[in-house]
Amino acid sequence: MSKKTWTLKNVTTEAKLLLIGIPVLLWTLIPVYHMVLFAISPKDSATSGKLWPDHPTLANFSTVFQQKHFYLNHFWVQLGNSLFIAVAVGVLTLFVATTAAFAISRLRVPGGRTVMNMALFTYFIPAAFLAVPMYKTMGNYGLLNSQWALILAMVTIASPYCIWVLKQASDKLPYELDEAARMDGASPLQLFRLVYLPLMVPSLVAVGTYALLLAWNEYLYAFLLLSNDQQITLAVALGNFLAADDSPWELLMATGLIYALPPAAIYYAFKRYMVGGLTAGAVKS
Amino acid sequence: MTTAVAAGTGTATGASLTRRHGRWEFWGRVMVVPYLLIFLVFVVYPVCYGLWLARHPQSYVHLVEDPIFFRSVVNTVIFLVVAINIKMIAALVLSGFFVKTRWWIKIVAAIFILPWAMPSIPTILSVRFMLNPEWGVINSTIFRLTGADGPNWLNDPTLALCFAMLMHVWKSLPFWTLILVAGRLAIPAEQYEAASVDGATSWQKFKFISWPALKTLYLTSTILSMIWTLGDFNSVYLLTGGGPADLTHVLATLGIRYLRLDQVDLSMASIVVAMPLVLPLVYFMMKRLSK
Repeated sequence: MSKKTWTLKNVTTEAKLLLIGIPVLLWTLIPVYHMVLFAISPKDSATSGKLWPDHPTLANFSTVFQQKHFYLNHFWVQLGNSLFIAVAVGVLTLFVATTAAFAISRLRVPGGRTVMNMALFTYFIPAAFLAVPMYKTMGNYGLLNSQWALILAMVTIASPYCIWVLKQASDKLPYELDEAARMDGASPLQLFRLVYLPLMVPSLVAVGTYALLLAWNEYLYAFLLLSNDQQITLAVALGNFLAADDSPWELLMATGLIYALPPAAIYYAFKRYMVGGLTAGAVKS
Repeated sequence: MTTAVAAGTGTATGASLTRRHGRWEFWGRVMVVPYLLIFLVFVVYPVCYGLWLARHPQSYVHLVEDPIFFRSVVNTVIFLVVAINIKMIAALVLSGFFVKTRWWIKIVAAIFILPWAMPSIPTILSVRFMLNPEWGVINSTIFRLTGADGPNWLNDPTLALCFAMLMHVWKSLPFWTLILVAGRLAIPAEQYEAASVDGATSWQKFKFISWPALKTLYLTSTILSMIWTLGDFNSVYLLTGGGPADLTHVLATLGIRYLRLDQVDLSMASIVVAMPLVLPLVYFMMKRLSK
C-alpha cells in the first residue's frame, strides 16, 4: 500500500472522489463568487453574466469607504456599531458564562444542575421565537433603539451554550487542584483567577469567539431592536438595501464582502479552537 | 456526604471547615447571580409577558382563520421534512468523502466550511440577486443562450420555498458534515481494515461498521437540526421576504410578519402555537445532553 499503483481500481476510486469534490466545490463557491464578482465589477457591466469582468475595479470599495451613496451615508459608524456590539457581547458573555460555569462545575453551588438546565432550555428554544417577546420586553424596559438592548439580548442568547461548553471543559479538570488550593488556604476568587482561568484559556477563546461572531452576524434581533441609522449595525444596513428595487447591487455586494471578511478570517484563524471546543460540544452522541 | 458532616461536627477543625465551606458556597452563589439575572430579566420575564399577551382565546380564532397561518404551518412542515433530510443525508455522504486522506480533499474541506464561517446576510442577498428575473445572472444566461426569458424564480411560491430550503441547506450543510466527520473519525480504523481483508464492499462497510457507529449521532443531529431549522428566520425572510403574497412564510417569520402589521397578540399566538412542535424536541435534546 505504500507505493501508489495506477491500477484500474485506483483510478476509478480517484475519479469517483473527484466526481463528488468538484460539484461540492462549485455548490459552495457559486454564491460567494457571485458576490465577489459584483463587488469588483463596474456598475454597468455587473449584470453582463461574464465569468470575469472585462475591467475589474476596486471603485465600489472606494465608494463604500467614502460613503458616497445614499445607502452608505453612515457606513463607518455602522461598521463601528457592529464592532462595538460584537466585542461588548463577547466580553459580557465571557464574564457571565465563566463565572456561572465555575460556580456550577468547581464550587458545586447547590442548585447548579437546575441553573444548567435553565441555560440548556434557553439554548434550545430557537431565538426567532424569543424575538417578539424580547422586542416587547425591551420596549417595557425602555431600552428600544439603544444598543444595550441588542447587546443584552445577544448575551442572553449566547451565554447558555457558552456555559455548557465551559462546564463540560471544567468538569474535566482534576478536582485535586481545587483540594490542593483549598488546603493552601486559597480563597474561591484566588482559585478562579490563578488556577481556573489559566487552565481554561482554549475553551475561553472558543466561547468568546463564538459569542463575538454570533453578535456580529445577527440580523433579526438587530433589525427589531435598533432602527436609527446612526445606531444600526452593518447587518441591518445591508438588509435596508432591499427597501428599493433599484438598489446598487455592486455597492451592496462590496459592503457585504467587507462585512463578511472579518468573521470568516476570525473563524479560520481560530478554527483549531472552534473545532475542538464547539463541534465536540454541539452534539454529544 | 452525611458521614463527612457527622464526623466533622463537634471538633474545632470541623467548625472552621464548615465556615470555610460556607464561604465557598457563598461565592458559588454570588458567581451564578450574573447569569441568573440575565435569565430572569431576559428569558423568564419575556416568556411570561409573551404568554400574557397571548392569553385571549380570540387571538387563536383569528390566527386559525388567517389562511397565511395555515400556509405557514404547511411550509414549516415541508421545510422540516424535505430540507433536513436532504441536508442530513448529504452530510452523511459528504462526511465519508471528507475523511478520505488526499491533499486536495483538505483544500476542498477548508473551502467547504465557508458558508458556515461567513455571515448569512451577504450570501443570501447574493443568491437573491442571482435569481432576479430581469438582471440576475441566471436569467441573463438563459436569455443569452436561448433568447427566451427565464422564469420569475421567486415569484412562484413553490420555487421560492425550494430556493429558501436550498439556501438553508447551503448555509448549514458544512456544520453537520463536520459533526459527522468527527463521528466517523472516532470509529477505529482496524474495523475497516478487517472488513477489507474479509472482502467487504464499501456499501457493506457502511452498513455494518459506519452506520451502527453513527446512528445515535445522526439521530441527535437531526433533532437538533430540526430545532434550529424551526428558528431559521434569515433563509426565508431575506430571500423571499415571505412573498410572493405571503405564501412562503414559515413559523419563524410569521411572528415577525404579525409584529410588523402591529398585531402583537396574533404574533404571540403564532409562537405559542409553534410550541407543541418545539418543546418535545427541546425535551429530547435536554434529556440527551444532561445524561
